[in-house]
Amino acid sequence: MTTTAPTISRTEVEEFLYREARLADEGRYDEWEALWTDDALYWVPSGDTVDPHKQISVIYDHRSRIALRVAQLKTGKRHAQDPRSNVAHLLSNIEVLGEDGAGTHTTATFIAIESRSRGLTTWAGRVEHTLVRRDERILMSRKVVRLVNADQPLPTLAFLI
Amino acid sequence: MTAPALDREAYRRLIEDDRVHGSLYTDPAVFDDELTRIWYRTWVYVGHESEIPQPGDYVVKSIGPQSIIMSRDRQGAVHLLLNRCSHRGNQICEAARGNTGALRCHYHGWTFGTDGALLGYPFRQGYGPDTPKSALGLGRVPRMGSYQGFVFGSFAHAGPSLLEHLGAAREAIDRLVRLSPLGRVELTAGWLHHEVRANWKMLVENETDGYHPQFVHSSIFEVGESHVAEVYSERSAATARDLGGGHTEHDLRAHFRRMDRPLAWFGTTEDRLPDYCRAMREAYGAEKAREILVEGSPHIMVFPNLFIAEIQIFVIQPLAVDRTVQHVTPLQLAGAPDMNRRLLHQASGSVGPAGFLLADDSEMYERNQRGVVAREPEWLILRRGLNRERVDADGHLAGAATDETTQRGIWRHIRAMLTEEVPA
Repeated sequence: MTTTAPTISRTEVEEFLYREARLADEGRYDEWEALWTDDALYWVPSGDTVDPHKQISVIYDHRSRIALRVAQLKTGKRHAQDPRSNVAHLLSNIEVLGEDGAGTHTTATFIAIESRSRGLTTWAGRVEHTLVRRDERILMSRKVVRLVNADQPLPTLAFLI
Repeated sequence: MTAPALDREAYRRLIEDDRVHGSLYTDPAVFDDELTRIWYRTWVYVGHESEIPQPGDYVVKSIGPQSIIMSRDRQGAVHLLLNRCSHRGNQICEAARGNTGALRCHYHGWTFGTDGALLGYPFRQGYGPDTPKSALGLGRVPRMGSYQGFVFGSFAHAGPSLLEHLGAAREAIDRLVRLSPLGRVELTAGWLHHEVRANWKMLVENETDGYHPQFVHSSIFEVGESHVAEVYSERSAATARDLGGGHTEHDLRAHFRRMDRPLAWFGTTEDRLPDYCRAMREAYGAEKAREILVEGSPHIMVFPNLFIAEIQIFVIQPLAVDRTVQHVTPLQLAGAPDMNRRLLHQASGSVGPAGFLLADDSEMYERNQRGVVAREPEWLILRRGLNRERVDADGHLAGAATDETTQRGIWRHIRAMLTEEVPA
């Protein structure tokens, strides 16, 4: 039996996920946006989303819409994020599920505590990433955030989850 | 404990023609009065027939804080049932939707047909022969009505018919369904449920507030391509109309007629949607199809809870004096698959908790709710456009797109309902 080294190691996966969460939490929008590939998808399904092409999602952003989301945040007039929410993401239960032509697939659980005038909001769920190596950098081509309460009424979600 | 009701005189004092008192958004006693005198009395939108296409289908909806099952029975008839077992009041449906031969209460096993009739209960020997099984079906909303597939319920046993209640709003619903080459809308693209810590009237008033978009939505207007900023400017030909009965509209047709370009209201052009435009021409003829595609989709707040927002449908649900859920689904048009894909794509960018538009509207609702707790001054001013209000060709009170003609109309009706000067 022969084994080949994975394209992206577990340590690299962990470092990427922690860094992505930190850039989002700190509102470092340009650096966060630079983590995406050109063909990226950022998806937060709702409880009704079976097929994102048939049912509405909380977020369903291809690359151009990710750019629009970030650009809106950077205007300083995105009232739902002005002032910016204080957010702390906690990532755990990280697993590398495998790799294929699309990249390295990972899954993890997360808790994100958000603070703003409304009070503290707890967001939690599972986050799936597809990571690729491009020019010695690791980027994400797909991020899916499956909220535990996706089927329930949600408060405004204007920070980068 | 239920707060004491306010008397009629109190509401005449709190709701003036051009200003309203802040306590109307914050006082639990007012909220209780609104449930009794508005939500559990007038016609309230519940769901759309396209959500339950097959016999045995059901969806769980609401009238105010109350859970309502909208079902289709074996014969195909639609029912509005209370989501409460007739035995001991247990909530029956936990899933948001389903298809079933019988609705079963899992507390003691009573079963009901999707028409609400009691089918049976376990251990029959415990009930004597005089138990009136036929009277023990699920509770139901006393009156139900449907218009263009939109199903409404009223807890008042008597009162104006649904069509009388809809009044001039009916014609706007007609303008919505004609956007489909088959003349039907379908609300089948799923729902987002967005909760805000604000009074329900903040939402109703904002739906036809043409003054806020330039300020609340300036961030997305700055970075995205949108025709909306122009619609709600001083240059706009659109009007804010009070349709009566609490229904209000932003009539955008004059604005888009002036642009005279099919699908300009949707921010696109005919060549991007060739199948849809062809189907529309085949259905209505070239001239009529062009008129429909130029004038676009209505923007109308059907009092108290159905907001037809051009390309999506919102349903407003009050939970408490300072808690409201806005349920939203993309508009889908029967016989228009290419159009429906774009409608879904646009809606998922704009609305819901993370929407480019609605996240900021909701931020404003919550800030407004925090603002109106202030004492002295306690009044909200609704004077905008009083200097230029007129009666339009259809006989409706109308102002410029950014005027508060609409808010004044909503409050006139709320005052009439809270003082019980008008029937349900």
